[in-house]
Amino acid sequence: MKNRIKDLFASGKGNILSVFYTAGFPTLDSTAAIATALEKGGADIIEIGIPYSDPVADGPTIQESNKVALENGVTLPKILEQVKLIRKTVKIPIILMGYVNPVMQYGIERFAKDAATAGVDGVILPDLPMDAFLAEYKTTFEAANLSNTFLISPTTSEERIRKIDNETDGFIYAVSASSITGARGEFADTQLQYFDRLKKMKLKNPFLIGFGISDHTTFAKASSYGAGAIVGSAFINLLKKSTNVAADSEAFAISLKNNAKS
Amino acid sequence: MKYTVNEKGYYGKFGGAYIPEMLYPNVEELRTRYLDIIYEEGFQKEFHKLLRDYVGRPTPLYLAKRLSEKYGATIYLKREDLCHTGAHKVNNTIGQILLAKRLGKQKIIAETGAGQHGVATATVCALMGMECIVYMGKIDMERQRPNVERMRILGATVVPALSGSMTLKDATNEAMRHWINNPTDTHYIIGSVVGPHPYPDMVARFQSVISEEMRKQLQEEIGNPYPDYVFACVGGGSNAAGAFYHFLDDEHVTLVASEAAGKGVDSGESAATTALGKPGVLHGSKTILMQTEDGQVVEPYSISAGLDYPGIGPIHAHLFDVGRVKFVSATDDEAMNAGLELSRMEGIIPAIESAHALAALNQFTFEKDDVVVVNLSGRGDKDLETYIRWGKY
Repeated sequence: MKNRIKDLFASGKGNILSVFYTAGFPTLDSTAAIATALEKGGADIIEIGIPYSDPVADGPTIQESNKVALENGVTLPKILEQVKLIRKTVKIPIILMGYVNPVMQYGIERFAKDAATAGVDGVILPDLPMDAFLAEYKTTFEAANLSNTFLISPTTSEERIRKIDNETDGFIYAVSASSITGARGEFADTQLQYFDRLKKMKLKNPFLIGFGISDHTTFAKASSYGAGAIVGSAFINLLKKSTNVAADSEAFAISLKNNAKS
Repeated sequence: MKYTVNEKGYYGKFGGAYIPEMLYPNVEELRTRYLDIIYEEGFQKEFHKLLRDYVGRPTPLYLAKRLSEKYGATIYLKREDLCHTGAHKVNNTIGQILLAKRLGKQKIIAETGAGQHGVATATVCALMGMECIVYMGKIDMERQRPNVERMRILGATVVPALSGSMTLKDATNEAMRHWINNPTDTHYIIGSVVGPHPYPDMVARFQSVISEEMRKQLQEEIGNPYPDYVFACVGGGSNAAGAFYHFLDDEHVTLVASEAAGKGVDSGESAATTALGKPGVLHGSKTILMQTEDGQVVEPYSISAGLDYPGIGPIHAHLFDVGRVKFVSATDDEAMNAGLELSRMEGIIPAIESAHALAALNQFTFEKDDVVVVNLSGRGDKDLETYIRWGKY
């Protein structure tokens, strides 16, 4: 079985742009239009957020988008329907990202099966501990050909990074700073040293840098260390103000990618 | 012991550490060190000396004669309301601040609902000269104003949580976020038996001084350490965990946990977690919580800010699951009436949280020689506004 995430990284492509946005935000039916536009603009991966009432790892921007999306009536079954719709045209990898509780309530096996059927390639569940993943999720996800991405942060020990690298089969999500999500300015020296340390570790899996990527400068900088980068809050901020989400999403991807060409 | 946490941090199917990677090093540091630190001789000495000289322990086990007459049993009140700062919460904050010092932390954060844990944290921070930030839901700040001012007088910064229902659940989210952003110099003093492992176990151990004293005091009073019943209220469940701890393996002791039913279990405005909840993950552990079919956390409601929480600690989820603890609930009105009853019959105005434990008494039929202990977790000074607004006295 082919997995679009593995294929993408196997192709050796650099400057990979992964864009995160919240399903059902800014409106319930904007999810598919945004995905199509992002692909058109040159995004390489789409991360669709499953909204949650208590997103502890997220900053105010994503938290607010979660709240709006839930008020809009989005649910996991609806998100899977939307992914099915997106898959009719969109070819790039689709990842679902969210907190573990909604997935647990949907049912792990049912989730894996329905997500794969809908066209999802991978999952990121930041609050799912590794021991629980290995015991309860890994086999099911593998059977459905869903890759699972773990997060690492600047305070993650080398030993744990190696362990995570061992259990991942797509890419590693390298959180740029010890913080919650949110768009920031330039990287500090300590962050660059951390990216450099990761680069020198010669991990089995590629890594994408996320948290604090907001424009072409931070994207290009991050991409010079990892395989690419993940943008979230900056894009959500744009969607919040947008009067034409499709046009603005496409332009957003173009602005990040074009300027990032090395 | 049969009901304690296992080496992986689970109580049966509940517990664990469901946390984002950014918190992993902090929680791992605690997990690997907490037992060695808290059972070290110097720690125990300092902890118990502070409990005695600063908190005022042991708290009395008071025979409530008039209450006993009314309910036809021998009813004792474990007077945690007489602890310094007005509730049992300080047992845990003393323990955790000593731990934080030994971990080399300089700053403390905490969350609070009724403000009792916030005050207890601000107090120990003042005692140890440490910086203190307390997150509190905006709604709770309004309804528990005296406690907000107490924290400020003690030198703490109180930060309003403006998300969600602006109560305890949201204050907990904000505190966790703060910790993610400040991983190295800050210790998060969680106030209940909730959160990722090892918090539930650590807090239960610090609070277990309550049942340890109960046993000793009952031995002196009635010649054996076993009551027939222990009653405690449960929000997150720290006072209940402390009151039940040393009786868990004594299966002949009936343990009763009283949850807040708010305006009625099925009214849509309730915090009766075991009645309304199902297994899920909240604030770092797998437990029982109130949630929608889609796994979104349901906003709880209770007249008592301290019980206004959509989950319970994983130890309680397990004790409920295996039937070791009997879970009941009391409505706002039942609790307020019970609070008034204690005020009139014994001259003790209880915290509205504790009044939920008292309200459970009339749901049982006692034998004449039954010995009942009610853990009176806190005093009602902070709740005067709520009593006044309720007005039925």
